[in-house]
Amino acid sequence: MPTSVDRDTPRAIPAVDVEHLAALEAEAIFILREVVAESERPALLFSGGKDSIVMLHLAQKAFAPARIPFPLVHVDTGHNFTEVLELRDKLTAELEAQLIVGSVQEAIDSGLVAEPDSGMRNAIQTPVLLQTIERHRLTALFGGARRDEEKARAKERVVSFRDDFGQWNPKSQRPELWSLYNSRIRPGESIRVFPLSNWTELDIWHYIQREDIELPALYYAHERSVVNRDGMLFAVHEHLPVRPGEEPYIAQVRYRTIGDTSCTAAVGSGATTAAAVIQEILTTRLTERGATRGDDRVSDSAMEDRKREGYF
Amino acid sequence: MNMLRIATAGSVDDGKSTLIGRLLYDSKSLFDDQLSAIEAVSSARGDDYTDLSLLTDGLRAEREQGITIDVAYRYFSTPRRKFIVADTPGHTQYTRNMITGASTADLALVLADARKGLVEQSRRHALLCTLLGVRHLVLCVNKMDLVDFSQAQFEELRAEFTDYTAEIGARDVTVIPVSALRGDNVVHPSPNMPWYDGPALLAHLENVPATSVTDSLGARLPVQYVIRPQSTRVTDHRSYAGQMAAGVLRTGDEVLVLPSRATTRITRINSPSGSVPEARPPMSVTVELADEFDISRGDLLCHPHDTPVVSQELQALVCWMNESQVLDPTQKYAVKHTTRTARAMVRQLGYRLDINTLREEPAKSLAVNEIGSVRLRTTVPLTFDSYRRNRTMGGFILIDESTNRTVGAGIVT
Repeated sequence: MPTSVDRDTPRAIPAVDVEHLAALEAEAIFILREVVAESERPALLFSGGKDSIVMLHLAQKAFAPARIPFPLVHVDTGHNFTEVLELRDKLTAELEAQLIVGSVQEAIDSGLVAEPDSGMRNAIQTPVLLQTIERHRLTALFGGARRDEEKARAKERVVSFRDDFGQWNPKSQRPELWSLYNSRIRPGESIRVFPLSNWTELDIWHYIQREDIELPALYYAHERSVVNRDGMLFAVHEHLPVRPGEEPYIAQVRYRTIGDTSCTAAVGSGATTAAAVIQEILTTRLTERGATRGDDRVSDSAMEDRKREGYF
Repeated sequence: MNMLRIATAGSVDDGKSTLIGRLLYDSKSLFDDQLSAIEAVSSARGDDYTDLSLLTDGLRAEREQGITIDVAYRYFSTPRRKFIVADTPGHTQYTRNMITGASTADLALVLADARKGLVEQSRRHALLCTLLGVRHLVLCVNKMDLVDFSQAQFEELRAEFTDYTAEIGARDVTVIPVSALRGDNVVHPSPNMPWYDGPALLAHLENVPATSVTDSLGARLPVQYVIRPQSTRVTDHRSYAGQMAAGVLRTGDEVLVLPSRATTRITRINSPSGSVPEARPPMSVTVELADEFDISRGDLLCHPHDTPVVSQELQALVCWMNESQVLDPTQKYAVKHTTRTARAMVRQLGYRLDINTLREEPAKSLAVNEIGSVRLRTTVPLTFDSYRRNRTMGGFILIDESTNRTVGAGIVT
C-alpha cells in the first residue's frame, strides 16, 4: 500500500518536440478562428502574464495580415507590476489593438466591491470582470488558462459556457466532441474560450523561446527585496508591507506566474534567458501555481469556487 | 508525432481515476505540492492511504462523493513519449462526458473489476470507443489483489472481452491484469502474477503505434474564415483560413471549391511562420487563390479528382446525449459538421443498437445514451466522408436550438 509518498527520485524529464509545438500552435489558431467566426463580440482577456502574451502572439498570427479582430480586456487591480503595464501598452500600440480596461479601484470607489482586509484584490476582480463584459456586451472571452495549471482548470472545456450571471456550472458542461465547438448563447450569456488548454508550462516556454517573444523582465532572474511568507518569496511593495517579525532581504528571484502584486510570489532563480528557464522548469518539484500563488492557498477548492463565480 | 492521447473507460468504482493516479505517481510525473495537497485531503478524511484518485477528481462534488463527474485532462511524459490522459466518468448519467474524452483518443483504457466481470457499462464504453474510432483498446482487469491474483479469473474476463470486441470490430485489443491501488503491472511489472508474461501498462502505452490521420484520403481543407484586411497598410489581400483535415495541398495545385464546384489554383500557402510550399494535417494555414470566387466559411477545398460526398442527405450513427428529451423524427436540430452549421431534420430512424447483444432493434425514438442509425436531411449540402476514413470529415454534433445544448454525437457511416 502506498502509505507515504516517495520523494527521493526525480521526475521523468521530457524532451523538446518540434512537431508537438507546431500542433499546439495549429490547434490554438484553429480555436481562435472558430470563435471569431461564430461570435458577435469576442475579446481577449489580457493580464500581461506570459500566457496572455502568448495568446496575443497567436491571435496576431491567426488573422495576419489583418489586425486582430477583437479588443483586449485588462482587469486592472491597481496593484500591478509597472513592467507589466508598460509592456501591455507597448504591445497594444504595436498591434494597433483596442484596449478596454476594467478598473478595480474605480469599482471600489463606486461601491461595487469593497477592499478586502487581506489587501489581496484577486477575489474582487470577478465582479469587475463581469461588469466589463456586460458594459461592452462581450459574447466570448479568450483566456490563456491551461489545464495543467490547476485541478479545476483540468476539468474545463475549451469552449466553456457561462450563464447570464457569468457563472460556470462544472456539473453540467456541454459535451465537446472532436474539435466541434458549440459557441451558441442567448442574450446575456457568454462563453470563455481557452485555446491553450492543452499546453503545459514547458510548452509555453519552448514556444516563447522558439518565437522569441518579449515578456515583462520580471519573468527572468533579477535582484529584489523580498520577505519569506509561508515558504513563498513576496516582493516588498507599497501594497505588500513588511509584517512585524518579517525580515526583508535581497534575493535573486524571478516570477513564474504574474498576477496581482499582493498575491503573486517570486521563486529563487538564476535564469536570465528562456533556455535557462526551461532548464529550471525541467528540474523543479513544484507546480507554477503551487510555488507562487497565495490566492490558491485559501482552500482546497479555491480555484473552483472563484471559477463558479465567473473568474477565469 | 510521438504523442498518445488516452481516455479511460469503464464502470463506476472500477478504479479508473486510481489507475491514472497510480500511473502518474509511479512514473514520477507528479509535483511535490500536488502530492502534499492530496495527502492532506486524504489524511483529513481519515483514509488509511493516500487516495491517488484525488489527482484527477478535482471538483468538490467529485471529492465529496468519491466519483468522477466530468473529464479531467492530465499531461505527462516519459523519456519515450508524451501523453494526454482524459480521465472520464463511469456513471451512465455522465456518458456524454465520457464521449467527450474518447472522441479524440488514440487509445482507450477500459477497466473492469476482476470480481465483477464485464458489466454493461464496460461493454457500452468499449463499443462507444470503437465506434468513435479509438484505434487501440486496453482492458485493465483491475483489483487483481482482491481475487488473490487468480489467473483463472483473469482468463475468464479476457475471453469474454476478446469475444465482445471481436464482434464490435475492434482491431487492436490488449488485456492486462493490474492492481491500481497497489501498483501491480501499472508502471512496474508485478511479482504477484508470474503467470502473466505481457508488458506492464506503461510499457504497453509507450510502445503502441501512435495514430496518424488516415492517409488514403485526398486533401480536405474546410474553410473557417476569410481574411480580408480593411486597412490602408495591406491592400488587395484575400485568403482562406482553415486547418488541414486530410491529405496534402501544394502551391500551384488546382483545387475544387465545394459545394459550388468552381475550380481555381493555389497561388500561396501561409503557415503561422510564413509562406510554405505545402500544407498537411494538423497545420492551420491560409491559402491564396488565383481567382476571386465567392468562398465563405463552411466551404471546402480539395483536389478535383478526389472529392468528398456533397449531399443534403446523410446516413449516420447517432449517440443521443439529451436527458430531458428523446431524439424523435419530428424534431429539427442544428447540425455542426466541419466548419458548416446547418439545420437538419431526422428523415428516418433505422434501428437502435442493443449494447449487450449488438442486435439492431427497430426504434421510434432514441433515449439518452442510446445509439441508433439515423438518416438526416440538411438545409444546405454538407461535404463529408465516412467517419471510418476521417474523424474530422465524418463527425458531427446535433444542437438543440431551443436550449443550445449539444444533444447528439454523430458519425457518418
